[in-house]
Amino acid sequence: MDEALRTSPRATPWRLWLSGGWLTLFFGVALLAPWIAPHDPLYQDLFLQRLPPFWIDGAETGHPLGTDSLGRDVASRLMHGASVAATVALIAGLATCLLGSVLGLLAGFYRGWVDQVISRIVDIWMSFPPVLFAILLVAVIGTGLTSVIVAIIVIDWTRFTRVVRAETMAQARMDYTEAAHVAGMSRFATLMREILPNVAPVILSVLTLQMGIAIVVEAILSFVNLSVSTDDPTWGGMIAEGRVSIHQAWWVLIFPMIALFLTVLSFTQFGDALRNRFDPVLR
Amino acid sequence: MLKRLLLRLISIAITLLGVSIVVFVAVRLVPGNPVAMMLGPGATAEDAAALEALLGLDKSILVQYWIWLTNVVQGDFGTSISLRQDVLTLVLGRLPATLELAFLALVFAALLGGMLAVTGTIRRGGWTENGIDLWNGLTLSTPDFLWGLFLILVFGVWLQIAGISGRISPQLDLPFTTQFYLIESVLRLRFDLTANLIGHMWMPALALALPLSAMIGQLLKQSLKETMHLDYVTLARAKGFTENQVIWREAMRNALAPTLTLTAVQFTHLIGGTVIVERLFSYGGLGNLAIDAVINRDLPLIQGIVLVFAVIFVLINLAVDLLYAVLNPRLRHG
Repeated sequence: MDEALRTSPRATPWRLWLSGGWLTLFFGVALLAPWIAPHDPLYQDLFLQRLPPFWIDGAETGHPLGTDSLGRDVASRLMHGASVAATVALIAGLATCLLGSVLGLLAGFYRGWVDQVISRIVDIWMSFPPVLFAILLVAVIGTGLTSVIVAIIVIDWTRFTRVVRAETMAQARMDYTEAAHVAGMSRFATLMREILPNVAPVILSVLTLQMGIAIVVEAILSFVNLSVSTDDPTWGGMIAEGRVSIHQAWWVLIFPMIALFLTVLSFTQFGDALRNRFDPVLR
Repeated sequence: MLKRLLLRLISIAITLLGVSIVVFVAVRLVPGNPVAMMLGPGATAEDAAALEALLGLDKSILVQYWIWLTNVVQGDFGTSISLRQDVLTLVLGRLPATLELAFLALVFAALLGGMLAVTGTIRRGGWTENGIDLWNGLTLSTPDFLWGLFLILVFGVWLQIAGISGRISPQLDLPFTTQFYLIESVLRLRFDLTANLIGHMWMPALALALPLSAMIGQLLKQSLKETMHLDYVTLARAKGFTENQVIWREAMRNALAPTLTLTAVQFTHLIGGTVIVERLFSYGGLGNLAIDAVINRDLPLIQGIVLVFAVIFVLINLAVDLLYAVLNPRLRHG
């Protein structure tokens, strides 16, 4: 998604509170899943197959969101799926951010051949369709959570590099950079102490965007069965199972969909709102 | 202009060379011995050595790359391991389905985005515009994967008004000689088949189109609103044109350029999205083939598909550059 297209710059505090609230809930559940989940997410009870959620007749009180076609508790699987999603968002998001931002800072600040090399690699990288690239990589390095995280880092660092490079170039032309130079500050110190803090808001907003994207990529890969092993509960895996039993038990599909939707939406909205709050120009 | 084009072509050549190296190296990194996999149990060491020599695996990596590259340039992408067919034939057979889907999605996105932008411009400043902003924000943050699932659930399961898989009803007798079913059905005036195709395509196309429609809607609305303050637009209003006429006859032409560029750039993302959306709707395109290839670890096929996608991406980027030069006269004489 293009930076210029982020939603309106008007400050809307409710956006920050709503998205922040959902993300707190998401990370809280992800962290506490083993203790707060009412059932073992892998326990199959074949006598309790496809129980509907609580507001429909025939529901059991012990399974508020119903059970899937193997009699596993949807709510518990959803909570454990949140752990996988949160792990991917944090590790893949931060590592991608670190790699991409460092390269972007170097390219934007030192220019010359450094910039030439980095920008050319970014061009090559961006001529792969991301989802296909992810699938290719996972095919090469094997399935599993680590592979998914590695694939996301290898593919998505360009998102940071492009934005950070452009922003660094803009900041490097400003008077304060020149002033730091005149005051005798070394090039590296100027980059770290003067330019980096001013590029940071942009990095932060791309980071939240990236965390949302990482969660979607993980969901897509587990949907096509290329992520964690099929036993472990993931939102994408639940969606794949729900897609199969869609006519018998739509709730198996819709709950992970809603969770995925709200989490991705909250990440983008939170990043947007955060940037509006801390970017002095927009404020 | 000519110099610019030439530089662009050189840069394309370098990019494609880079892509080919990445693909070649990536596939060589796959754990496991391809010779052992192809021969199966019970093969002797001589068999393995003979096959290695046949595949050129006994030569250095650079020589291997050179042999592979010269073959690829001549259109020889190798043979698919799982389907035992020529990779290029397979890929070209599936490509038209994906291109038709992507173009239908582009049309949807342009229509939907244009409608949102014009409505938002006419009713600017009111709750209608706020509603459109909110809708665009929601649509933009929802990936095509989720839109696809949502459409399946609403139209396929709850309302039951649409079949949710395939490209065309399998029991139909198809007169087509090419793989461009949609175009050919129109050219042959078989509109019953066109309707059947569209009936299968509209949901995946809409899933792909919705995020892009939000981008188009938001950017076009912004440019239109800026144009609406210009003097020549005020003059048109003074002449008695209605707001609708002002937008379509006067403002649109000047506001369109940034949106066109953005749409062309985002079209590559849309094509990337076909991979998963085709899977969701069991649509027989290149993306679905790609996922099958990965699940079967069919490396020659994966290589072929990735290269074809990369060529399409690079061509679209070239088209964007040319389009930009045409729309911006200052660059034409640069």
